[in-house]
Amino acid sequence: MSNRYMLTLVGRDQPGIVARITAALYAAGANLGETSMIRLGSNFTVMMIVESETGDADLHTALQPVTESLQLVLHIDAIEAAFQQRPVPDACIVVYGADRAGIVAEVTGKAAAAGLNILDLESDIGGTEAEPLYILQIEGVASQGVDALEAALAPLRANGVRVDVRPIDTMIG
Amino acid sequence: MAVLEILVYPDERLRQDSLPVESFDAALQQRIENLEDTRLAGPGAVGIAAPQVGWFERVLIIDVSGRKKTTSHGRLVLVNPEITEWDGYAMGREGCLSVPDYTGNVVRAERIHLDAFDAGGKPLGFDMEGFEARAIQHELDHLDGLLFLDRLVSRRQDLFRRKVYKES
Repeated sequence: MSNRYMLTLVGRDQPGIVARITAALYAAGANLGETSMIRLGSNFTVMMIVESETGDADLHTALQPVTESLQLVLHIDAIEAAFQQRPVPDACIVVYGADRAGIVAEVTGKAAAAGLNILDLESDIGGTEAEPLYILQIEGVASQGVDALEAALAPLRANGVRVDVRPIDTMIG
Repeated sequence: MAVLEILVYPDERLRQDSLPVESFDAALQQRIENLEDTRLAGPGAVGIAAPQVGWFERVLIIDVSGRKKTTSHGRLVLVNPEITEWDGYAMGREGCLSVPDYTGNVVRAERIHLDAFDAGGKPLGFDMEGFEARAIQHELDHLDGLLFLDRLVSRRQDLFRRKVYKES
């Protein structure tokens, strides 16, 4: 029986969200694993793997005062997940260009067909309101190699999009 | 052949400074052999430093020659190594036998000049770059009680820029 949970919390950004969530979890005897916490737009988003011996109902109860006062949406799923043994990314893709619909679908579709398993993706809109600039960064495991990935994504350059594919060489010492 | 136990952080012994080797004797040769056996038994490590096996003298071994497209001086046993010149900097991903299952971004000098002695006490000098220079800097940190964790920079905020060439 799993005692690990994926907690998702989202709400309007304000100071103290992380401190209050983690303090409530600590007080409830829960233990944090990998987490991702980042501001998206004016929201703050939290995803965390939490280990708890007492179950998801107790996690809800422990977090209720925090989610109520900070107006956070909370979602909890029981998961099968180890705290460790993550795959190591060996490829990185950076894409940027004038913002347009469908760019993520195009890039990730071609990348998936060329064997990429995405481990981390983040995208941002920069530039000006009149001329927004889309920036996409992806890290993953290229199961068919970085050259295959490069070949699959190269045609996108014809559309005026900058695409940079390169290996991530991890030095283990 | 002797495969030694790798110290794993938070073992505080990884934090101590290692002492210069004073004598290039038979005992040193044996310890170097054990260090190499341990490196080869590990999961794909291109380098190892003596303190990682609880031997607190300034000795390291690196070998990046097995990597494609990598400038290399082959397998090197380096005693009392010292970097005397640094040039440029580059971001790269590192992991460590003493910090299992974690990798992170570290900024290192792109080119270095290294002075050292070989296992027999003969002076050596190398100009190194790229991956090999990175491996040396990582291992040399161990001799000074430092881990790559001490030099981590954000994973999220870097664009992992390679050199930018003008498109023709």
